[in-house]
Amino acid sequence: MSKMKQLLDWVDARFPATQMWKEHLSEYYAPKNFNFWYFFGSLALLVLVNQILTGIWLAMNYKPDAAMAFASVEYIMRDVDWGWLIRYMHSTGASAFFIVIYLHMFRGLMYGSYQKPRELIWIFGVVIYLAMMATAFFGYLLPWGQMSFWGAQVIVNLFAAVPFVGEELSVWVRGDFVISDATLNRFFAFHFALPFILAALVVLHLIALHHVGSNNPDGVEIKKNKGADGHPLDGIPFHPYYTVKDIVGVVVFLMFFSAVIFFAPEMGGYFLEHPNFEPANPLKTPPHIAPVWYFTPFYAMLRAVPPMFGSQFPGVIVMFAAIAIMFVLPWLDRSPVKSIRYKGAYSKIALAILVVSFVVLGWLGVQPPSDTKTWIARILTVLYFLYFILMPWYTKAEKTKPVPERVTQ
Amino acid sequence: MKKMIVAFLIAVLPAVASAAEGVHLDHADVNLHDQASLQRGAKLFVNYCLSCHSAAFQRYNRMGKDLGLTDDQVKENLMFATDKVGNTMTIAMPAADAKQWFGNPPPDLSVMARARGADYIYTYLRSFYVDEKKATGVNNTVFPDVGMPHVLWELQGLQKPVYKAEEDAEGHKTQVISGFEQVTKGTMTPAEYNQAALDLTNFMVYMGEPAQLQRKSLGIWVLLFLGLLFVVSYALKKEYWKDVH
Repeated sequence: MSKMKQLLDWVDARFPATQMWKEHLSEYYAPKNFNFWYFFGSLALLVLVNQILTGIWLAMNYKPDAAMAFASVEYIMRDVDWGWLIRYMHSTGASAFFIVIYLHMFRGLMYGSYQKPRELIWIFGVVIYLAMMATAFFGYLLPWGQMSFWGAQVIVNLFAAVPFVGEELSVWVRGDFVISDATLNRFFAFHFALPFILAALVVLHLIALHHVGSNNPDGVEIKKNKGADGHPLDGIPFHPYYTVKDIVGVVVFLMFFSAVIFFAPEMGGYFLEHPNFEPANPLKTPPHIAPVWYFTPFYAMLRAVPPMFGSQFPGVIVMFAAIAIMFVLPWLDRSPVKSIRYKGAYSKIALAILVVSFVVLGWLGVQPPSDTKTWIARILTVLYFLYFILMPWYTKAEKTKPVPERVTQ
Repeated sequence: MKKMIVAFLIAVLPAVASAAEGVHLDHADVNLHDQASLQRGAKLFVNYCLSCHSAAFQRYNRMGKDLGLTDDQVKENLMFATDKVGNTMTIAMPAADAKQWFGNPPPDLSVMARARGADYIYTYLRSFYVDEKKATGVNNTVFPDVGMPHVLWELQGLQKPVYKAEEDAEGHKTQVISGFEQVTKGTMTPAEYNQAALDLTNFMVYMGEPAQLQRKSLGIWVLLFLGLLFVVSYALKKEYWKDVH
């Protein structure tokens, strides 16, 4: 017996290392028909690790102090060895995280991956998405530029729209009457802590996934057809098959990621907004405040709702409802089939409308509002919600195609 | 509460775009590989800008290294405010006094090119015109009612605006500035001044992000490496997946 084997046996007697390796990798049977859309789960994990590591290294030189924050970011960009690279990996990573997650969520919608028995996987996913948005929001204040300051001002003021307790609530969130040093300090603390909670949620997401098994583009349960060895006939071990496949996905992703980092880190002002290169100035409101692109669909919804009784609160409710409604999605889908491949025309049209609404709302969210644009945003907000609200009806009413017994290639 | 509602409304309904946004900006053909241009820009910057404006994140020796100058060359030609080449480009003017003199303290220019863009700076430097109503005697089409005097007037000379009549959206006739006409001659010809403005813009673009000089050349190697890695990883995937049917 080799020394390594002895060591492994020693560990296994005390901690199920080999057992975990088998359960989650070498003997986790995944459907063999995963397509392009199945790269984004592993890529999301990669970006999370990237964010945590670059974030820790940034924190070594960043100063969460209103008088020093802006300068410390420029110190990282100029004087810290490779600081510019670490910072761009982090700032580009934030946008990449949302791109990857939006595609990952779209995959889930397309192939019905939220349906029974995967409701909890989906719900953990929505919680992860919420944690991501909170982390991104806290992090955006840290460079202490004009957009950091005024973006945070707008969002924290949403709490002030809550009836009766709003004002006290917003002061409690800020720790001051305006966005200030106190706010920056606590946002830094949250921005540092939340990713670890996020990582724990990812573990739950994966444990739930590996417990029920992965869905696939056909929406066929591969566990129904097992071979003589007890393994699914349409399944292949995650390791080595999907690890080597995901490496290819990672390399292609890194090509796009590096292209942005090295050649367009500002991404035309979408990943790093131009006004954020001016230090925060509480006395000077920028002419046009727009959140970063990944929040803009919800920001457009907020702006689309007219104030009622002199309060913006209805808009705030709509904005949060747009995310909250995702939690009940597994129970809204009444279709007998999972995948869009076998669902009827209504589901396909509904999903297409949802995607178009979300993308166009995102575009509207960065534009200065006009009457026409506000009306378009209103219509699209309604369409976004109709995807969910009408789902019990259209998934039941449409004619579905027969689902094959085994997965197709 | 009122203040918050106002702040909220300003934020949510940013319909009032600043006048500067509508101004046509000339394209600044910056070239960070043109080291002579960057050096000329640096010279203009330390001579004309760096007594009111700071560039508090830019170190003298970093500038020297990036612009192909030795520490001694930097000390002799480009350093007036300090004697330590490792210092950043700070200024002695107290911000409180500056506020009194100019209305607003002149902003730090380290990352101004990233905030406003090269075209803005290039056009701004060339758009000062005589305006007797202003305390400084000049105004600027890119930044109306700017508190800054025309520091480069000796080089450019003074120019006055040429107006043309235009109808606005509501059909009112207004006079808008369509160009400039030279009033007094500067030490530079208009072409030389445009080049000087471009050099200065070029330098400020460099200063906004010194790392960009190495970033792009490194990026090519990173992408080449990933290209190679793609070939290898794709071959590996193909090999493993041969037995999946």
